[in-house]
Amino acid sequence: MLEPISVSMESLNLGTLAPMLVAIAGGLGILIIDLIKKDLDKTLYVMLSILILVVDLGAVFGQRIGDRGFFDVMLIDGIAVLSQIVILAASMLFIPLALTSRRFHEFSYPEFFALFLFMVAGFQFMVASDNLILIFVGLETASLALYTLIALHNRERSFEAAIKYFVMGALAAGFYVMGAMIFYALTGSVELYKIAEVLEAGEFANMTILLVGVSFMIAALGFKLSMVPFHTWTPDVYEGASATLAGYMSVVPKIAGFVVAMRIFGFLIQSDVVWVRDILYAAVVITMTLANIMALVQHDVKRMLAFSSISHAGFVMAAIMIGTTQANSALFLYWIMFLFTNLGAFAMLWVSRHKDKIWHDRFDHPYEKFSGMIQIKPVGAVIMALFMLSLAGVPPFSLFWGKLYVMSAAVNSDYIVLALIMAINSAISVYYYLKLIVYMFLKDPTQNEGTIYAQNTSKPLQTIIGFSAFLTVFAIVAVDPILEIITTYVQASGF
Amino acid sequence: MDHILSVLVFFPAIAGLLGFVVSKESIRAYGLSVAAIEFLLSLWLWLSFDGSYPGFQFVEVLPLIPSFGINYYLGVDGISLFIVVLSTFITLIGLIALNVEKDLKNMIISLLFLEMTMVGVFVALDAIVFYVFWELSLVPMLYIIGAWGGNLRIYAAIKFFLYTFAGSLIMLVGMLVMAYLYYQATGVWSFSITEWHRLILPENYQIWLFVAFFIGLAIKVPMFPFHTWLPYAHGQAPTIGSVILAAVLLKMGTYGLVRLPLPMFPDASVYMIYPVAILSLIMIIYTAMVAYAQEDMKQVIAYSSISHMGVIVLGTFAMNPEGIAGSVFFMLSHGIVSGALFMLVGVIYDRRHTKLMSEFGGLAHVMPRYGTIMGIMVMASVGLPLTMSFVGEFLSLAGFYQVSHTMTILAGTSIILGAVYMLSLYKKSFFGEVTKEENKNLKDLNGKESMALWTLVLVTVWLGVYPKPVLEPINTSVESLVSFMHKKAITKEAKEVIKPKVIEREAE
Repeated sequence: MLEPISVSMESLNLGTLAPMLVAIAGGLGILIIDLIKKDLDKTLYVMLSILILVVDLGAVFGQRIGDRGFFDVMLIDGIAVLSQIVILAASMLFIPLALTSRRFHEFSYPEFFALFLFMVAGFQFMVASDNLILIFVGLETASLALYTLIALHNRERSFEAAIKYFVMGALAAGFYVMGAMIFYALTGSVELYKIAEVLEAGEFANMTILLVGVSFMIAALGFKLSMVPFHTWTPDVYEGASATLAGYMSVVPKIAGFVVAMRIFGFLIQSDVVWVRDILYAAVVITMTLANIMALVQHDVKRMLAFSSISHAGFVMAAIMIGTTQANSALFLYWIMFLFTNLGAFAMLWVSRHKDKIWHDRFDHPYEKFSGMIQIKPVGAVIMALFMLSLAGVPPFSLFWGKLYVMSAAVNSDYIVLALIMAINSAISVYYYLKLIVYMFLKDPTQNEGTIYAQNTSKPLQTIIGFSAFLTVFAIVAVDPILEIITTYVQASGF
Repeated sequence: MDHILSVLVFFPAIAGLLGFVVSKESIRAYGLSVAAIEFLLSLWLWLSFDGSYPGFQFVEVLPLIPSFGINYYLGVDGISLFIVVLSTFITLIGLIALNVEKDLKNMIISLLFLEMTMVGVFVALDAIVFYVFWELSLVPMLYIIGAWGGNLRIYAAIKFFLYTFAGSLIMLVGMLVMAYLYYQATGVWSFSITEWHRLILPENYQIWLFVAFFIGLAIKVPMFPFHTWLPYAHGQAPTIGSVILAAVLLKMGTYGLVRLPLPMFPDASVYMIYPVAILSLIMIIYTAMVAYAQEDMKQVIAYSSISHMGVIVLGTFAMNPEGIAGSVFFMLSHGIVSGALFMLVGVIYDRRHTKLMSEFGGLAHVMPRYGTIMGIMVMASVGLPLTMSFVGEFLSLAGFYQVSHTMTILAGTSIILGAVYMLSLYKKSFFGEVTKEENKNLKDLNGKESMALWTLVLVTVWLGVYPKPVLEPINTSVESLVSFMHKKAITKEAKEVIKPKVIEREAE
């Protein structure tokens, strides 16, 4: 006979759930609106989504740091709040990219926006919990929504991309569950803080089994963060997805993944008993280097950006591996800087997206497409070049400050070799970013129509590109305040 | 004016941005006036500069990332003052002689941005600010080489970019380590170069950091094993690109050596004298020989320019006031002379679209004015007394003579070898009969070219005869630098090698 469970509303502390509930309710609301009146314009849905995200952001700001709630599975610490802010800000910036002048049919479905909001809620669950099961639920909610969003793009390659992503994601989910199972078997808990306690009390006995569990976790998160050798899906999925979603995928799921990785590996790295640090060190170096080398030989800008984002993810994983407060702050700084630059770069691709493949029978954005762009569309070329220089880490553009801070964190923790590897990798990566600049600035144009680079352009898209270009150039002014906020939040959660 | 350095740095950049609005027809006049104003501003800086004060003047500090110790920190001393003036001067002269038709507007705008980065590097006193301008200078140059260069321009431009970028990233790691060591010593983050100077490090740390900084700077100089990008860059760059590259951009490397590793790591610098000197010697002799083997006039000058840069590095590592002041002065004269030589090659290339010496001969008959200036500049490049180069080269070598007699004598061959290849270049192209039909009707220098080139000749001779107004402020700062290094050095060898005492040079 089971005991009847009695829970008081107060102990549930539903305030901790408020942000996610806002996003889910908003998604449902959009579906209801569609039920009542069909064929509403996408502008309505875009603006509604932004508004819902604003309310969501308000709810995030309303949370008290250090709170737990909902059977203690929700954990609102500094990094949870911080990463939710980043996720929401990124979502707000990416969703208006749907407002193209050309019609892309997926944006005419209200389901697109509902799914988008569900996905955001999923990511929020992922970062705001230290319960392995809830993290899993968040991860799957977000991923399933994301697969569908990719498939909605409705081209041959999008289906391929969605299915590829789905299969890989399912495999990763399998790994995740196996890893969680092993942790549970060892400690009898799915709460990370309890797992840490029990493992430390037992002085990390059963090392072998623990290592197997850790390996499963690394594989699972490796898939999500597209670390080498689990990265193979990334370029194909980016290519198949629309540029907006590809850009979104390169930023938001990763920040969620990084937070989960921080939580899971954080205490293991600190313990120094398990070889997590060494495994991660190897993974980081391989991810940075191999992705860079593969990016060198790409013919398509979007694929190049996919590999470059893998390499950037490797760069940032290094911060998790270092594990100091400075490193963890550097992670967020890097990713915020990366967000604006990548938003701009993918938005530029999106603007120039042509429905027919007129340059190449396989690629949408071959390098040749941008040949001589400076003579046809000088402003566009200069802005694109800014983003490329920023991605390459040329000062004083935004990403340089992220790189500087990550490398400094490495140096300060006596990882000078790692810092040198990062430096060499940055030097390698310059080549492929320069390649696009070379095509845009130094080659002769193949055609004379400026409109070709602005197929989808519209006021909102221009605003977003201008906004990210502005932030990319003047990032230096923003670094100090951002850093201060980040460090406060990171310290507040004890990382 | 308290913020003259900021004005100097950002005036060309703002002018560059506004230049987008100026119409294509008037852009040339616009560029010229901006460069002229900038040059006048730098002259004003020189006039208001107190030559008897050795430290930094016109200092500006503005916190950028205070929590991480990064400040917008500018200042100028006797060492950097004249390189700043040189940068603005060469930009102006280059613009006067500019002979580009294609995309003139883009060219002028990138030149103005380049000017900002050049001035920025030389006045920056914060390592990160220095690094920002240092890296940023690659971008306009990449465009200038890549868009207006010869057939292999893209290869040359990328090679130029990648070499310098890779080297400077190593230097960046060195800077981060340095900042961390400073943090450990004082508990505060700082990237200020003057603060770093005051940090006394153990010798083994110094050596590693020296290597990190040296790699970054040596690639830019370019020192011997890393020099391969330069002949390509020069070979492919348009005239204006070569002029600025040789006259100013290379000086960033040698200036960086004086500003960063020497005062920061005096013991390591002394420890490294011989390795560096051997590299410089190889650079001097080997590239001089290579220069003699070239058939292309521009390549001769490119290699001769590398060879002379070797003398500059050698003088810097003499670790005494003569050597360092001499090498700083030689940086200026090298800037003016090699700038002029590249411009002169550009003149003939514009007329004949070839730079091969075998295509010419007897040019002195056809183009007497051109021949005269070329003659003067060839002599200056060889180091004829009463030209600017003589002062610099002599002082650099005299400084290093106190370190090693043999090596100085070997380095002295640069003058002889220089005479061999430069004079044979002059002989092959300018003397003898006019053999080629195409050369018979070549036009002599036009007004723009004459004006630019004669100015350079005047400066060369003026400072060759009377270098005092420039040499004295340099000397003041260098002497204080050397005595600072002497005081700071911790090893016995370093104390012995770094000689702050000045040997009487003038009978006063």
